[in-house]
Amino acid sequence: MITARGLSKRYGSKRVLQALDLTVPRGGFLLVTGPNGSGKTTLLRICAGLATPTGGELEIDADRAAIGFLGHEPLVYRELTALENLDLYGRLYHVPERRERIGMLLERFGLWAVRNDRAGSFSRGMLQRLALCRALLHGPELLVLDEPYNALDTEGAALLDRELASLRPERTFLVATHDPARLAPLASDRLAFA
Amino acid sequence: MSTWLRNNQLIALAGGAAGLVSAAVALIFFYAPVDRDGLNQKIFYFHVPIAFTAYVCFGWGAWKALRHLWKRSPGADLESYVAIHQGVIFGALTLATGSLWAKVRWGHWWVWSERQLVLFLVLFLFYSAYFMLRFSIEEGPQRANICAVYAIFGVVLIPISILAIRLAENFIHPIAFNKHGPQMATSQFATFCVALAAMLVLAGALYRLELAGKRLDAQLRELREALA
Amino acid sequence: MKRYFQDVLVLARKDLLLELRARDTVPAMLLFVIAAFVTFHFALPSQSSDLAAKGLLWVALVFTALLGLTRAFVAERNERLLDGLLLAPCDRSAIWLAKGVAVVAFLAIAEVVALPAFSIFFSGVDGATIAGAVLADVGIAAVGTLLAAMASVSRARELLLPLLFLPVAIPVVVGGVGASVVDNPGRYLGFLALYDGVFAILSWASFEYVVTE
Repeated sequence: MITARGLSKRYGSKRVLQALDLTVPRGGFLLVTGPNGSGKTTLLRICAGLATPTGGELEIDADRAAIGFLGHEPLVYRELTALENLDLYGRLYHVPERRERIGMLLERFGLWAVRNDRAGSFSRGMLQRLALCRALLHGPELLVLDEPYNALDTEGAALLDRELASLRPERTFLVATHDPARLAPLASDRLAFA
Repeated sequence: MSTWLRNNQLIALAGGAAGLVSAAVALIFFYAPVDRDGLNQKIFYFHVPIAFTAYVCFGWGAWKALRHLWKRSPGADLESYVAIHQGVIFGALTLATGSLWAKVRWGHWWVWSERQLVLFLVLFLFYSAYFMLRFSIEEGPQRANICAVYAIFGVVLIPISILAIRLAENFIHPIAFNKHGPQMATSQFATFCVALAAMLVLAGALYRLELAGKRLDAQLRELREALA
Repeated sequence: MKRYFQDVLVLARKDLLLELRARDTVPAMLLFVIAAFVTFHFALPSQSSDLAAKGLLWVALVFTALLGLTRAFVAERNERLLDGLLLAPCDRSAIWLAKGVAVVAFLAIAEVVALPAFSIFFSGVDGATIAGAVLADVGIAAVGTLLAAMASVSRARELLLPLLFLPVAIPVVVGGVGASVVDNPGRYLGFLALYDGVFAILSWASFEYVVTE
């Protein structure tokens, strides 16, 4: 699903990625590990289509509507409620049966009770859960998740475990993490950044 | 001879520029007949070719910008930047010679009724902002794209500004000054042409020079990184 | 095509809703334009004509627009919210169009207050001025949204936008002042329409290049 050959990315004079080769087959689960600043985030942003590589080739067999991305920022509007945020993204992705799907996801991630509260009032953990709802809302085939367990409490982490397990069979995953042990059972492949 | 020319374009251009500029200066000061305007006329021989050259530079910069966005031509971004840089230099010279001309002709260092000068002032502001824009963004594909879009906006702004300045004259200044430029006899026209050619070749030489310098910088940087 | 306009509507609604909730940009613009008028009163010597004041009206409008535009992409950049919009399957130019619609709305609200205030403080405002203001809003929003997106990418941000915007806004000032001042405003209104058309098309086509990283 993702094929990269000689992928490089530089920001100004800083080379973040250099001549990287990568393959993620359809239905695969690539686990990316490495210290902070090693280029994991840049790689994931490129694969999600948010950054263009400065060198090499990249083929992604999915268009924007089929990619779900979770980055370091939750990408939700603080002045809008959880429901309004998801409604916005639902409309932008032209999600069928939008309201039902939003309700289901909010419930799955334990946010139904706070659906009418402004995102600005949410804790970091709740924002992360909302961000996960946003990433999964349009039922993407390819999931690009950058440290999805960040800021999640035990309950949240358990909800995410359950969600990932249920989605695992049908989707392709590219996940960066600081805690590889947790996701190792799901992974089909690993990539370690120095 | 022609192979040498091809391989040493920069030297050829520089030589050509030196020759033409000397010829132009000689013609301007010793050959072209002095008409009643005197010094005013001499400045004209510098001012108009410099202005024309500046336009050519901006146009070239916009063309390269288009090539960058449309064809993803490698190196087009750098060429666009260098062309605009030259354009701003010649633009500043246009304003300087134009101001001198206004002082000699009308006794003021600036006259708002001179359409060309006003246009150049607006363009100078616009393209100066180009540099502020370029140097406040990190190098990369996004910076190249943004600068290219801005360069194209610049050339579109030229005709719009010309129209605006023309329209503004109705309510800003009644048209008081004699508008027509100096009439040109053959010897004057010949001098003008040489001066124009001199400026264009000079701009070309400076363009090539700066481009060569910047490319060398880039290569050096790449080597350093490869060794690091 | 229908999807495109649906997307634009969704995004524009989002921008307007955000401003309604935050209520920071429009009130600031309103206060600014009134403050500008008061400043102008002290800046116009007694012999100044009505016409000089009309000229200053347009200066005030352009700078008020600049104030609004500076805020246009602030949230998108600070919290990387633009990423969310870039991930979505919608056309990039739809983001520009939606933002532009919101900017026009803010400018219109500012002018609904500014124009009557101007006629109270200085002199009457005729139909040509109003028509000029409407056309100017479109042009300012079109170009301003694009330039604001550029400025938000740079380190200099608010510092850069006036430098980018003012040279390009000069024709708008010419068109607007001309329409307000001259007996036969048709040419000036036509010029504003030309400006709008040219720069709207250019901005619409090039927005995509400005936002891709």
